Amino acid sequence: MAASAAAAIGSPLKCGLISSQGFSGSTRSFQWRKNEKRNVRKGCRGVITAKIDLRPPPYSLDALEPHMSRETFEYHWGKHHRAYVDNLNKQIVGTELDTKTLEDIILLTYNKGDLLPPFNNAAQVWNHDFFWESMKPGGGGKPSGELLELINRDFGSFEGFVNEFKAAAATQFGSGWAWLVYKANRLDVGNAVNPRPSDEDKKLVVVKSPNAVNPLVWDYSPLLTIDVWEHAYYLDFQNRRPDYISTFMEKLVSWDAVNFRLEAAKARAAEREEEEERKKTEYEDNQADLDAREMYLESSDADDSEAD
Amino acid sequence: MPSITSDKKMVNAELSEASEAKSSIVPGINPSFQEQVSYGSPNLITRKTLKTTAPLGFRGLQTFSLPDLPYDYGDLEPAISSEIMQLHHQKHHQAYITNYNKALEQLDSAIAKGDASTVVKLQGAIKFNGGGHVNHSIFWKNLAPVREGGGEPPKASLGSAIDSHFGSLEALVQKMNAEGAALQGSGWVWLAVDKEFKRLVVETTANQDPLVTKGPSLVPLLGIDVWEHAYYLQYKNVRPDYLKNIWKVINWKYASEVYDKALD
Repeated sequence: MAASAAAAIGSPLKCGLISSQGFSGSTRSFQWRKNEKRNVRKGCRGVITAKIDLRPPPYSLDALEPHMSRETFEYHWGKHHRAYVDNLNKQIVGTELDTKTLEDIILLTYNKGDLLPPFNNAAQVWNHDFFWESMKPGGGGKPSGELLELINRDFGSFEGFVNEFKAAAATQFGSGWAWLVYKANRLDVGNAVNPRPSDEDKKLVVVKSPNAVNPLVWDYSPLLTIDVWEHAYYLDFQNRRPDYISTFMEKLVSWDAVNFRLEAAKARAAEREEEEERKKTEYEDNQADLDAREMYLESSDADDSEAD
Repeated sequence: MPSITSDKKMVNAELSEASEAKSSIVPGINPSFQEQVSYGSPNLITRKTLKTTAPLGFRGLQTFSLPDLPYDYGDLEPAISSEIMQLHHQKHHQAYITNYNKALEQLDSAIAKGDASTVVKLQGAIKFNGGGHVNHSIFWKNLAPVREGGGEPPKASLGSAIDSHFGSLEALVQKMNAEGAALQGSGWVWLAVDKEFKRLVVETTANQDPLVTKGPSLVPLLGIDVWEHAYYLQYKNVRPDYLKNIWKVINWKYASEVYDKALD
């Protein structure tokens, strides 16, 4: 997918499908890799059709052995993740969701909790992309720098965080996910039901979610996830979910990815604050103008009445 | 809505799952009782209450233990592999029982102390683990080796009820397979009889919710576990193949007995 949009325009005889590069424009992108406009392609006659693609993990399918087997990847990525992509595309083709970004499809079909049919597939596509990128060969260990400072601040210690994350993952009844997120949400976001309403903003929290739900729908910024659907660990660990979770923490977590996402999350939060400040100032300026005009009108009335 | 408060004891039970914890017994107070499953009774699990001479308000706590399978782990092959049956029974069902017992213990103590918020907090664990125990106890009886009638179509009253309500057994099987395949995440698909309206229904429940959560007059005749642990080692992601094959070992005799008793 190295071809650029410019190349596509420059050679009109090329009738192939080329995806255009560039940031999606949405600040809600927590992808570790540069976020291509993944779902907008110019077809043969320049007709734009949406097609969510199946992204491979950023490593080979056997790269996480022996902690997560190649066989697991062949099914988890090759069958489950692929099916979510294929089924989503079938569901959205020809609908108004067709040209939207994956994140927008998720938020629209979440529908304040009254899930529309494409939600499960859309969210699971996103969740699995995010999951592969949350791991790396030779992963595990401890974070450092500002990330570690924040963890110490918000969880007491790294061990405190690990325990809380493991507990969330172990006690997600049924299928679902456990997350480390950066919480800096606005209370008035229409689509959000805040699972941690009493917590202050701009802190790290651990949350868990059922089935396909992810923290985007609560307007949180995900930093790390573990898939605790049984298909994620059954071939390697059978019923032993706690062993799988421990292995994930000790051998697989990509703290690089978490760091990158944290920076993006903080930048987004700062942007929003600025935006809100700007709007507030604008509003106040407008109000001041209105007040000034009223004062002018009042004083001119007074003059007239006096002249009379 | 996610809950982020985790019950540490519950977590420890999960974390020590690998060490095959036996059912817990409240020390020095009551012996454990074999949990009774009555065929065809509307309350599918009957519990004997323990009479004690303990102080006023103390009820005595029954604990549950893993029921034996009425067949060997390998007897349902090739429809369901021996490996799956053993893990499913000895690990998954046992874990639900272990955690259910622990939750009941904690519930008992919270009630005795008048700790209402703990009582409420425990409801999730009770529903999940208790439901898991209820559902799997039914499930083992829903299956039978071929040589003992597994897969033989229903006759008599249940057989004709199926024909008149669904058109045919094939139609019922198709409907249950479709609903089972479409179920998102984990759960069960049920054939049930509604005692009040005296008719058959097909229902699904999420996670380990027992069928009664869908209607108080529903009596489960057959439940098919569509959690991934029920089929993954053998069928991997192809849940529809598991659903197609499980009918070869479905115990319609048991379902008929339950049906007849329910409409008595």
